[in-house]
Amino acid sequence: MSERFKPAGQETGSLPPSSTAPPVDRPTEMSDSSTRKDADGQSPVGFGLTFSGPNRSLIAGALQDRGTGRENSSSETPPAEPIVRMRNVNLFYGQAQALVDITMDIPRGLVTALIGPSGCGKSTLLRCINRMNDLIDGVRTTGLIELDGQNILDPGVDVIALRRKVGMVFQKPTPFPKTVYENVAYGLRLAGIRQRAVLDEVVERSLRRAGLWEEVKDRLHESALGLSGGQHQRLCIARAIAVQPEVILMDEPCSALDPRSTSRIEDLIAELRGEYTIVIVTHNMQQAARVSDYTGFLYEGRLVEFGKTTQIFTNPRKKETEDYITGRFG
Amino acid sequence: MFAHGLVVFWPHPIYEITLADGSKLLGQRLEGERDPLSGRRRIKFYCANMEDMPPFRWIYADEIVRQEQPPEVFKLDRAANLHYIGYLKEIRLLTHEVAQADGAAQRDSKVLVPTGKEGLAVYSRGTIPEANQASPGSKAEQLAQAIQWAKRWDAAEVEPWRQQENQLARQLNDQIKYALIEAQYRRQQLLQAGRPETDPACQALAERIAQLTEEENRLKAQAHQLSARRAEQETKLRQNVALFVDVQGREKHIPLVDIVRFSTPNAMTLWAKCRFYLAKWWELLSDPPREANQDGGIFPAILGTVLLVFLMAIMAFPLGVLAGVYLGEYARDNWLVRSVRVAVNNLAGIPSIVYGIFGLGFFIYLCGGTLDIWFYPDRVEAREPVFGQPCILWAALTLGLLTLPVVIVSTEEALRQIPREIREGSYALGATKLQTLFRVLLPMASPGVMTGFILAMARAVGEVAPLMITGAVKSAPPPISSEFPFLRLDRQFMHLGYHILDISCKSPNVEATKGLVYVTTLLLLAIVLALTSTAIWLRNRMRKRYYVRAI
Repeated sequence: MSERFKPAGQETGSLPPSSTAPPVDRPTEMSDSSTRKDADGQSPVGFGLTFSGPNRSLIAGALQDRGTGRENSSSETPPAEPIVRMRNVNLFYGQAQALVDITMDIPRGLVTALIGPSGCGKSTLLRCINRMNDLIDGVRTTGLIELDGQNILDPGVDVIALRRKVGMVFQKPTPFPKTVYENVAYGLRLAGIRQRAVLDEVVERSLRRAGLWEEVKDRLHESALGLSGGQHQRLCIARAIAVQPEVILMDEPCSALDPRSTSRIEDLIAELRGEYTIVIVTHNMQQAARVSDYTGFLYEGRLVEFGKTTQIFTNPRKKETEDYITGRFG
Repeated sequence: MFAHGLVVFWPHPIYEITLADGSKLLGQRLEGERDPLSGRRRIKFYCANMEDMPPFRWIYADEIVRQEQPPEVFKLDRAANLHYIGYLKEIRLLTHEVAQADGAAQRDSKVLVPTGKEGLAVYSRGTIPEANQASPGSKAEQLAQAIQWAKRWDAAEVEPWRQQENQLARQLNDQIKYALIEAQYRRQQLLQAGRPETDPACQALAERIAQLTEEENRLKAQAHQLSARRAEQETKLRQNVALFVDVQGREKHIPLVDIVRFSTPNAMTLWAKCRFYLAKWWELLSDPPREANQDGGIFPAILGTVLLVFLMAIMAFPLGVLAGVYLGEYARDNWLVRSVRVAVNNLAGIPSIVYGIFGLGFFIYLCGGTLDIWFYPDRVEAREPVFGQPCILWAALTLGLLTLPVVIVSTEEALRQIPREIREGSYALGATKLQTLFRVLLPMASPGVMTGFILAMARAVGEVAPLMITGAVKSAPPPISSEFPFLRLDRQFMHLGYHILDISCKSPNVEATKGLVYVTTLLLLAIVLALTSTAIWLRNRMRKRYYVRAI
């Protein structure tokens, strides 16, 4: 865990405690990896809370890893600059209601985690943001979801353009049966970009960004299916960022991966933070604690609680949240 | 089957059998069995010479007194009456003509006794052969030389006439006959429309008809003349004979040009036997059949079969894949689509003859008939339909229909097996449905589609029943030619499966074609194997390329 993500400013305690804090100054942070590593030596202080239950100590460790210093704040207050605003989103599969009155704001440039027991609607909520649910017959969504101020549930919205702005990474890595190069260039080719030079550049940049370049630079034109599972997932992330989305949705991106690959993906999420807005669905509470700035807890289609990760995990306001993160159910 | 098929062309030894009653026979030993009535063992011999005696004879083993393999026995493949087995006595060549006082040419034939020292000149056009080159060869070598010589003569003196004749016949058929039909039809139309005979258009047509008729008569006369000339040359050529005697002492003059191939199985070395064997296979693969399909090659049938399958693939494959994609990706799940799906599955189980009858009714009579009425009304009137008759186009379409369900079902199945995540991965990158289909789904489904296609093809190659009524015939030139329209889709064609049926059940001499049935079946299997293994190889390549790890 030594290389795990540390939000900027934690070491110096410069992050304002208020939930209205502006998004973190990314570029500085990204380049500041040496600082982060140094900080690892001096593990920050614990929470001072008494945890009970099997998950508590692990989560505490995860949170410790990212440091403390945040004060509890009102989770009701939305972050300053939301990129996605949801208001009263209801979603029905035929007659069954899967999402009930979801209202939340996803902050720009930060990592938002969605947690909750299986079947609570996390993935469904995630898939609303790029209208992936359109692909399923009999799904009806009401309410308002705004991306950059535009209601994406509007039937007139160009779904193709939307999906270019909102990339997605799935639970199972889904490399296409093409070469590594073509996998990354896929989105660009769909957009009609054919210039070799542009493609070459974007492919390299995306692969570097996804931390895969060094591993695949000699086999760019071999089938992507020959890579390992962890490499597949990073390839999928490279593929998603190749089209320069604003938001990247990750639907349990590590659940099919071994711990080592998982840790690499988490590092990657930390690196991408700031440049992209990331929404991640995860079953792994430590992961949510490690990588996210904000966390939403869903239960039976409702957003039970949404707030800063530290607050959700250290001082949940709702009983269900506490029960869930302490492992009493779910 | 395999074993039988492979040994058919091997030059088996010829036995001279002396029976207890003193009679003799020459023949190749076929199978032996126990006579169900008397319990005695009997052996079947192939004695050939079908114009003189029954070619197959059963001999009781206990009646055989003596059995030997005389080295000088010849077995001939003849252009008529199949094989001949006997001893070569002499070769008689027409060497020079002597002009007589009355003007008629008196031919003097030169007798070459096979054991003699005289050899044969190489025939070149216009020269009368001089038997002056010493050629101290064996009988077989001399016969080979003589046959070669006769064939050269044939090529130089007779073949040109034959070609001219054929060309003329084609001209008569293609140009004059159909032009005449068209002109007559147009004139009739005009008259029926109420135009008087004196109408300039009518008169022009009448003039054209007269012209064409005149041309036709002229060409017919020319053809007649040509065939007389050819016959004259041929008669001369056919005076070059080999004189054979069979075991009973009957003499037989066999024109050298009639001898397609000969062998001396008892005297041949292993190498010579191999060469003969390969030559027979080559003949089978490259030559048209002879003697009502009883001998010769099956090249047109091979070509017809392969062409048919390719045409079928071209027509059925895209249609099947499109239908499969529609059913698998686009169609909503309602009762109509479900019933279509059930119907498609049921189609796969319908007996093929039903497809044949459908093809006859729908393609030939309805589609072909309509096409003819639109584009060739004159030919319809003259009862010479172009497309309204069995031909390779309709046969291929019928076969395509037969294989369609398999392709549809396998395409649908292959698409269904692609994990949902792959589609979503593509959509999530901003791909449209069509882009996803073409860039991801179809390449990934291609091995499955190929599997269906292989199954379909294997079925189509072996199918005979629907072809019998939609275009396969006993004998036809191949529908591909080196002359202008290259591919004649309105032609009837030969098909290996139908050929097997023909030689095994409809041949005038079923016993004699037995070997050929084995060989043809073997070849059909080989073609199926070749086509499917090509497809399997292709599929494996695709599979390697698009293999998705099962996660």
